[in-house]
Formats: sequence, structure tokens, C-alpha cells
Amino acid sequence: MKKRKYLFFTFLFISVAFIVLGLLSGEFRVVWQKAVTVCLECIGIG
Amino acid sequence: MKTGTLKTEARRRIFQIIAALGFNLDFLSLLKGNISQVKTKGLCVPALNCYSCPAAVGACPVGALQNSLNTLRYNLGAGQKKLGLYVIGSLGLMGIIGGRLPCGWLCPFGLLQELVYKVPVPKVKLPAFLTNLRYLVLAVMVLLLPLLVVDTSGLGLPWFCKWVCPAGTLEAGIVLSILNPAIRAQLGFLFAWKLSLLILFLVWMAVSMRPFCRTVCPLGTILGFFNRVSAFRMNVDLDRCIVCNACQKVCPVNIRIYEDPDSSQCIRCLKCEPVCPTSCISHGFSLTEKKEDEPVKIQP
Repeated sequence: MKKRKYLFFTFLFISVAFIVLGLLSGEFRVVWQKAVTVCLECIGIG
Repeated sequence: MKTGTLKTEARRRIFQIIAALGFNLDFLSLLKGNISQVKTKGLCVPALNCYSCPAAVGACPVGALQNSLNTLRYNLGAGQKKLGLYVIGSLGLMGIIGGRLPCGWLCPFGLLQELVYKVPVPKVKLPAFLTNLRYLVLAVMVLLLPLLVVDTSGLGLPWFCKWVCPAGTLEAGIVLSILNPAIRAQLGFLFAWKLSLLILFLVWMAVSMRPFCRTVCPLGTILGFFNRVSAFRMNVDLDRCIVCNACQKVCPVNIRIYEDPDSSQCIRCLKCEPVCPTSCISHGFSLTEKKEDEPVKIQP
């Protein structure tokens, strides 16, 4: 069966496309900004 | 115990320790009591590792996903095209390569659970129905509540991080409250709740193997969806399987790998491989189906 192979490449393509589109719209910086700020919810304050 | 078992386990433990240190490499920030500001924190790590841990050098994908969702309506309202595609794509890439392989080999919280389980106390089997709770946690706490419950400006909360995540309490909450007096002064009910939950999980970890991974972890649940299509996969030669269940006896998530090698619960720790008396279990990176991999129901 080649189903797994097709699904693998489909998901791989979608994942890479999403990453590229996200990077182009500046989402790397959004994730970074959140990650370098103390998350009050995570530590149990906010 | 076979030599192969020790070899695989030793190798896996080394991977887990290197990953735990590698994801939390900024010891300087840890000493200062502040959280790391390194540029790599824009990258999602393939593990449940809180980005508010002072030494963390990567972003927790579950936290990043919730933050993408809880700001989505605000961003759309403000005309910004930040849809969280980068985080979703990162999760997809992790999953499509290894499925739940990172759970077994890289996750620091998985390592903690395995170490706590070594405490010599009576062990209790985890009821099978509880393993379905993880789908509810993912759907409600990680996806729906952050997306739907928003304030007037359109901003929501990371509900899983806030009310559930014991990794955040352990790696960030406790560490920062010890190191930072300003944070310590603000602790209240929420911290007490999260600390109680962490203690509960620690007790549960001592009596049951990997209870958090099996009943709650949203990252494991997401990666588990990819076990059926990932490049890394488990194979079972059913012609050689004698259904002795030696694999299930050592399995940290208590599954019968011969029933379904692509089970969404399998964390690909490979503990089952060396204990198989007929060596019918194998693993590898492969995209083609094999005849022997067809899932079957065998009455033991």
C-alpha cells in the first residue's frame, strides 16, 4: 500500500508550507516574544 | 535482563538527559533568576518544556499553540495575518518525522516520570479508560477555551498552562519563586492549586508508569495522531509473534504492540524490542507498508 507514503508527503508538505507562511508573516518573532517574557499563567500567578 | 535491553535503555537514558539539558542550556539566566532571552526561543522544541523555565532555550509547542489561538481573534480584528501557522507547522513536522518518538527519547517530563516510577512503592495499573481523557484535555483546555473565551479586546488565556500544566509549575513556578523575590511575593491561590496538582502527579508517577503522558499530555496526544503516518515506525512480524505478551509487560504505556504497531499511545521507547523472545519487533524509518504490519486482534 502506498497510502502511508502519500499521507506522509501530504502532511510533510502542509507542515513545511505552514512553517514558511508563518515565518513570512513574522510568527517566529511572536513565539520568541512570548517565550522571553515570564508567563504568569505558567508559573501560577496570572 | 538481556544485554540488548540494557543497551537500548542506557542509550535512551543518555538521549533523555542530553535533551533535558539541551532544552535548558542557559544556566547563566538560571543563576541570575531571570528567564533566558536567547534567539532560539522562537523555535518550538519537541517536548513539554516550559519556556518560562529560566534556563529554557526553546519554546514549548503547547504553550505557543495556546498563545497563537488566544490571540487569533485579536490579530484578525487588528488586521494582522498571524494565524499560528508556524506553530501548527512545527507540530506537524515533529509528528510526521517521528510520531511520539520525542515522548520516549527527548521529553524531560517523560524522564522525570520514569525516574519517579523507580521509587520502591506498590505499583497500580492505570485504568484503560483514563487514557481517553487526553483527547478532552487537548480539545477543551488547549484548543477551545483559549480560542473561544476572550475579553473585550479579543485576547484569551493559555488555559492548559494556567490550570493544569505541572511541567510549568515544576520548571518555572517553583524555580522562579525560589530565585526571584518579586515573583515569590505574588504567589497565591493559583500557585497553591498548581502545586497541589504537581504533588498529585508526582505521587501518581510513583505508583503508575507515565500517568501524565497517558492521561493528560496534549503534546503526546497531538504527536500520537501522527504515529500512523510518521516516517519512524514500529514493525511486528506476526508470523513470528507467539503472543507471549513479554512486550506488554515492559511497555511503559501498557499496550500490546502486536495488536497495533502504530498505536497512538506508543511512545516508541523501544523497550519491547529486546525482550521479544522471537525478535519479531523492529523499528526504522520507512514509508512503505509491510504485509506483517496489518493490525490483528489475537486472543492471548
